Amino acid sequence: MESIVERINQNKFWHFHGGIHPPEQKKSTNEKPIRQLSLPKQLILPLQQHIGRQGDLLVKVGDKVLKGQALTQSSNPMAVPVHAPTSGTISAIKKSVIAHPSGLSELCLFIDVDGEDTWRERNICQDFSQLSHQQIIGKIANAGIAGMGGAGFPTHIKVNTKPDINFLIINAAECEPYITADDLLMREHSTAIIDGIKILDQLLNPAFILIGIEDNKPQAIKALKHATESIEKIKVCVLETKYPSGGEKQLIKLLTGKEVASGALPIHSGIVVQNVATCFAISEAVINDTPLIRRVVTLAGQALAKPQNVWALLGTPVSYLLEQAGFVHEGQKQLANPPVIMGGPMMGFSILNENVPVVKTSNCILAPSKTEMPSAFDNNTSEVECIRCGQCAEVCPSQLLPQELQWSAKAKDHQQLTKLNLFDCIDCGACAYVCPSHIPLVQYYRVAKAEIRQQQQLDLKAEKAKERFEARKLRLEREKIAREEKHKKAAAARKAAMNKKTPEAGAAKSAVAAALARVKAKKAAGAKAQEISAEPQEVSNQVQDEKSQVKAAIARAKAKKEAKNKAVEPSVTPDVDTKQLSESSVSKTNVAEKAAPHKAADDKKAKIAAAIAKAKEKAKVKKAQEAELPTSAEAEKNPVGEQVKQTNVDDKKAKIAAAVAKAKAKAKAKAAEKKQAPASITENNSEEIK
Amino acid sequence: MINILIAIAVLGIIAACFGALLGYASVRYHVDGDPIVEQLDALLPQTQCGQCGYPGCKPYAEAVANGEAINKCAPGGEDTIKKIADLLGVDVQPLDENHEQDAGPKVAFIIEEDCIGCTKCIQACPVDAILGAAKQMHTIIADECTGCDLCVAPCPVDCIEMRPIPETIQNWQWDLNKIAITQVD
Amino acid sequence: MAFWIASSPHNHNQAETSSLMRLVIYALFPGIFAQWYFFGWGNLIHISLAVATALFCEFLVLSLRTKHGNQGTAKQAINKQLFDGSAILTAVLIGISLPAIAPWWITVIGAAFAIVVVKQLYGGLGHNPFNPAMAAYVMLLISFPVQMTSWQPPLALLSVDLSLSNTLNTIFTGFTSEGYSVEQLRASVDGYTMATPLDTLKTDASLGLTVYESMEKQVFGEHFSLGWEWLNAAFLLGGLFLIVKKAIAWQTPVSFLASLLICTFIAYSISPDSSASTMFHWLSGGCMLGAFFILTDPVTGATSVKGRLIMGALAGFFVYIIRDFGGYPDGVAFSVLLCNMAAPLIDQYTRPRTYGHKASTPKSSSKQEEAK
Repeated sequence: MESIVERINQNKFWHFHGGIHPPEQKKSTNEKPIRQLSLPKQLILPLQQHIGRQGDLLVKVGDKVLKGQALTQSSNPMAVPVHAPTSGTISAIKKSVIAHPSGLSELCLFIDVDGEDTWRERNICQDFSQLSHQQIIGKIANAGIAGMGGAGFPTHIKVNTKPDINFLIINAAECEPYITADDLLMREHSTAIIDGIKILDQLLNPAFILIGIEDNKPQAIKALKHATESIEKIKVCVLETKYPSGGEKQLIKLLTGKEVASGALPIHSGIVVQNVATCFAISEAVINDTPLIRRVVTLAGQALAKPQNVWALLGTPVSYLLEQAGFVHEGQKQLANPPVIMGGPMMGFSILNENVPVVKTSNCILAPSKTEMPSAFDNNTSEVECIRCGQCAEVCPSQLLPQELQWSAKAKDHQQLTKLNLFDCIDCGACAYVCPSHIPLVQYYRVAKAEIRQQQQLDLKAEKAKERFEARKLRLEREKIAREEKHKKAAAARKAAMNKKTPEAGAAKSAVAAALARVKAKKAAGAKAQEISAEPQEVSNQVQDEKSQVKAAIARAKAKKEAKNKAVEPSVTPDVDTKQLSESSVSKTNVAEKAAPHKAADDKKAKIAAAIAKAKEKAKVKKAQEAELPTSAEAEKNPVGEQVKQTNVDDKKAKIAAAVAKAKAKAKAKAAEKKQAPASITENNSEEIK
Repeated sequence: MINILIAIAVLGIIAACFGALLGYASVRYHVDGDPIVEQLDALLPQTQCGQCGYPGCKPYAEAVANGEAINKCAPGGEDTIKKIADLLGVDVQPLDENHEQDAGPKVAFIIEEDCIGCTKCIQACPVDAILGAAKQMHTIIADECTGCDLCVAPCPVDCIEMRPIPETIQNWQWDLNKIAITQVD
Repeated sequence: MAFWIASSPHNHNQAETSSLMRLVIYALFPGIFAQWYFFGWGNLIHISLAVATALFCEFLVLSLRTKHGNQGTAKQAINKQLFDGSAILTAVLIGISLPAIAPWWITVIGAAFAIVVVKQLYGGLGHNPFNPAMAAYVMLLISFPVQMTSWQPPLALLSVDLSLSNTLNTIFTGFTSEGYSVEQLRASVDGYTMATPLDTLKTDASLGLTVYESMEKQVFGEHFSLGWEWLNAAFLLGGLFLIVKKAIAWQTPVSFLASLLICTFIAYSISPDSSASTMFHWLSGGCMLGAFFILTDPVTGATSVKGRLIMGALAGFFVYIIRDFGGYPDGVAFSVLLCNMAAPLIDQYTRPRTYGHKASTPKSSSKQEEAK
C-alpha cells in the first residue's frame, strides 16, 4: 500500500486496458457558470429514482407540502425517501413516464408549485464532528441521497461499512463527452465538496482519500487543490483523459492498480468510491439539513441555443429544461422531434417523452443536432457483418472479446456468453463506438444479459415449483395413508365392540343403531340443502326456530334480488362467456351428483329432493336451449325458496346457498343473453349433465 | 490371386483386432449416463400444468423417456422442444396442435368478492400456491403460481382468472426488435 | 410525435468497413506501380479481369442469397455489400499474385473460386475461414502448375518488348503479336528459361550449386533479386502506411518478419552455402505482400494481440520451411492457409484475462468444456 501512495505522490498512475478518446465537446458548457432556473409550474417525482425499492407514500392528493418535506418513507434500507423540491400541492399521484430507457410508466407524485418556495423547518448543524456515526448515517439516509453518478446506489448503505477502508476514492473523472456538471460543481462549490469528503472521512476513516479527476478540467483541479491544501490525507490525482476512466472499476485500477474481483464490490478490497456530486449532497444534508432535491444538470448539444449547466429541481420535466436552454427544433421538416438523450452520448438513453422528469441520477440532457450525432438520428441500423478486426477487443476496458460475445449473443449461446464473462461488461459502449461494421454491440449484450437473467429466474422458479409439487405429492400420499390407517383402526374397533356380545355391547349396538337412525334423519333433512351447497357438511342437531326465520328472510331477500336481476337482464353486457355457462352448469351437476349418494341412503324425502334437483337441471338445460326466461326463473326461485324454508340448516349454509344462487342467477342471465348459443355447447351441457 | 487372399486376410485380421479393442474399450470405459428422466425433467418448465396429459412434469419426462412425443409441453413451447430434441438426438417437431402455446406468462387471480371458500382450487393447484380454508376467502401466492390454469376449471363460481404478468421496469428487457419508432401522443 | 429509442452509445467514430477496405486497396498502389514498372502491364490486366469477375460473381451469389424483403431494400443491401470493398480487395490481391503473362482464364477461374467458393459459400464477408485470394492462388497453383509458374522475368531481361498490346495478346492468346510463345518470352538471350529468383535458387540447389554460385545469375540482379526487391519494398511502404493509419495491426507483420529473420539467420549460420540471406528472403517472392496485406486480413487471422504475434511467427516459420525444404519455390500462400487453419485455435488459447478475473489457464477451461 505504501508503494501505491508513493506512486501517487509522484503522479504516476496505473492503466486500464483499452479505452477511447471520443471528442470531448465540453467547451460549450464548461465556460459558463451554473444557472439558477425559475420554478417550473409542475414537478413530477417518481417514487423510485434509483435501483432498490420505492418507499411508502406519506402524502395524499391535495396535501400541501413544504420544500424539503419527505414524501415517502421506508423501513427497507434499499429504499431512500423522496422529498418535495419546493412547496406546493400534491395534485395527482398516478403513473407517468419515468426516466428509464424502457419508456414505461411508474407511480409518480405530481406537485403543483405554489411559487413561494417555503422551507420546512431546518436544523443547521454547525459542527458535524460532534455527531455520532449513526446520526450522520441517519441524516444521509433521511436526505434521500443515492449515488449521483450512475446507478444510484443508496449512499447510506455504502458509507455504513465496517472499518479497514484503505482508500476512499472520490470520482470526479466525468469521462463522458459533453457532461460538465461535476466540473462546474467542483469549481463553484469546492469547499462544500471537501466538507462532504470530510464527513465521509469521519464515517469511514480510510487510510487515504484520492480524488480522481481527468486532466481536461484544469480549473476544477485548481479549485480542489486549493481547497485541500491543508489536508494531508486528501490527494488530488490528475489522470489522463480517456473514456471510461470514470467507471468505478476503471478508476480503482487507475489509482490503486488493484482490480475489483468479478462479482465482488470495491468494498471487498477495502475501497469505497463516491461521486463528487454525492459528496456535495452529503455536506448539504449533514450541515445544512437540506435533502437531495436538486442537482446540476448539463444541458448540451447543438440543438440547444444556450447550452449551460443548470441547477434543476428533481422532478423538473425535461421539456421545461429544454425550453429554458432554447431548444431549436432544427430540421423540422425531416423529423418532428430530434432525439433527446438523458445522460451522456456513450451511456445515456434516449427518452421517449419530454415530460420525463429529472431524477437523482440524471446528470445531462443532450439534444444533439444531426450533423453532430448522425447515428442518434439514424433509425435504420447500418450494421454489416463483423470482420473480426479486433478493434473492439482493443478498446474494451474490461478486456473482454466483444466480437466473440457478439457471435454468441446472436446465437443465444448463453453458456458460452457466461464463459466469456459477459457479466463483466460495464455497458460503456467503447466497442460499439469503434466498430467499423456499426454493430450495436452494447445492445446485443444488454439483450443477452436480460435473457440470461430471466432464464436464471425461470430456472429458479421452476426449481421451486418442482419442489412444491413434490412436497405436495408427498403430503397427499401421507394423508391418504393416514386416512386409510384411521379407517382401518375405526373399523377394527367397531368390529371388536360388536363381537363382544355383552350387554354393554348390546347397548352400544343399539346406541349405534340409534345414532345411525339419527344420522339418516338428519341426512334426509340436509339432502336438499346439500344440493345447492357446494360442500357436504355436517348438520347440527339442534334446530332453532329463530334461525329458520332468518333463513326465510334471506330467502325472501334472495327472491327479490332474483326478480331484480331479471329486470336487469336485458341490459346485461353482451360478452357472455359460453365456457362459464357450461362450467357453472357442470358444477351444479357435480353438486347434484355429490348429493346423490346421500339421497340414495334412504328416505323418500331425499328422493323427492333428488327429483326436484333433476327437474331443476332439466329446466336449466331447457332454458339454455330455449332461453325462456320468466318460467325458468320462476322454476328456479320457487324450489330454492321452499327448500330453504323447509330445511333446518344453519345460517352459514344459507349464505353459501345465496352465493351459489347468485352464481346460478349470473349463469342464467348469461344464458338468457346467449339466446343464440351454439347448439354444440348446449349439447355438451346435456351430455355432461347426464 | 494369393495376394488378394492375403490382403483380405490381413485386413480381416486388422478389422477383428480393432473390433475387439473397441469392444473391450466400450465395456472397460463404460460411462453411466445421467438418468435421462432427470435430464428431461430439468428441461421442462415445471409448471406442473398437466396440459401434456400427464399429472406433472416428471411423469411427462418419464413418458418422453419411454417414447412419448416430445411436442406436448405447451408452457415450454418451441424452446423446450428444441432442447429435448437436442438431448435425445431426435428431430425438432412443431408444438402439438392440441397444445397451443399461451401468449405469455400469466398468473392466476382470485376475484375475492366472488370467492365462496370452497377449497376446490386449493385441491387443484399442483404447487400449493393457493391459500385459504373452507368458507374463507382464498388468495393466490403470486410468486409461487406457475400459471398452469388448473385452478380455473374447478371453481364453481368462476372467480379465478388468468392475468398476464404486467411489464414493469423490474422485468423490462432491452429488445432489439422493439426498439423502433414509438408513437407518443 | 415520434421518438426513437436507440441503445447507447449514441455517437460513433464514423469508421467504416468499406473505408478500411478502400484504404488497404490504396496502400497496394505503390506495389502495383512497382509491378508495372518491372514486369509490365500483365498484372494490371489481371487485376482488372479479376475485379470484374469478382464483382460479377459476388453480385450473382448475393442476388441468390438475398431473397427476403422488398425489391428496393434487397437491391440496396446487395449494392452495399457489393461495394463494401472486400470483393475488390480480394480480386486485386489475386491479380497481383498471378504471373504477369498467365492466361486470362486463370484469373477468371481464380477470382470466381475465391468469391463463390471460399467467401460466399462459407457465409460471405466475415465468415470465411480462409483468405479467399490465397486459397484461390493455391487452388490454381495445384490445378494449373504450368501456367501458374510461367513467371516472366523482369522487363529488363526480356528479349522481346512487352508492350500493352503485346501483353494483352499474350494473356488472351498465349502468343505475342510477333508470335512468341510464353515459353519463348521466358527464355533468356542465351536460350535458358528464366524463372523467379526463388525458383532459380531452388533448382540450382538441387543441381548442387551453392547459393553464391546461384546468385551470380542475372535474375538476381545487383542486390537480392532483380525487380522483386523493389516490388517488395513498395509493398513494405504500403504496409507501413497502413500501420500508421492503424488500418492493420503491427503485430502480425512484425512477428512474421522477425520469425523469418530468426529462421534464416539460424539456417545461414549453420550452412551458409545452402541458405540464402535474410534480406533475400524478405525481399523476394510474396513476402511483404503476405506480411502486410494477406496475413493481416482480420477475418481469417487471430484477433488478440498475443494471437497475432503467434500467428505471424508461425507463418514466418512455415514460409522458411516451405521455401527451403518444400517442393514449391514460394510458401507464402501455403503458410497463410495453414495459419488460417490455426487461427481459431490460437484465439482459443490466447484469450485475454478479463478485468477482475484471475488468469485462467486454457487447459482448465477446456477441461471444463470436456466435462460438459
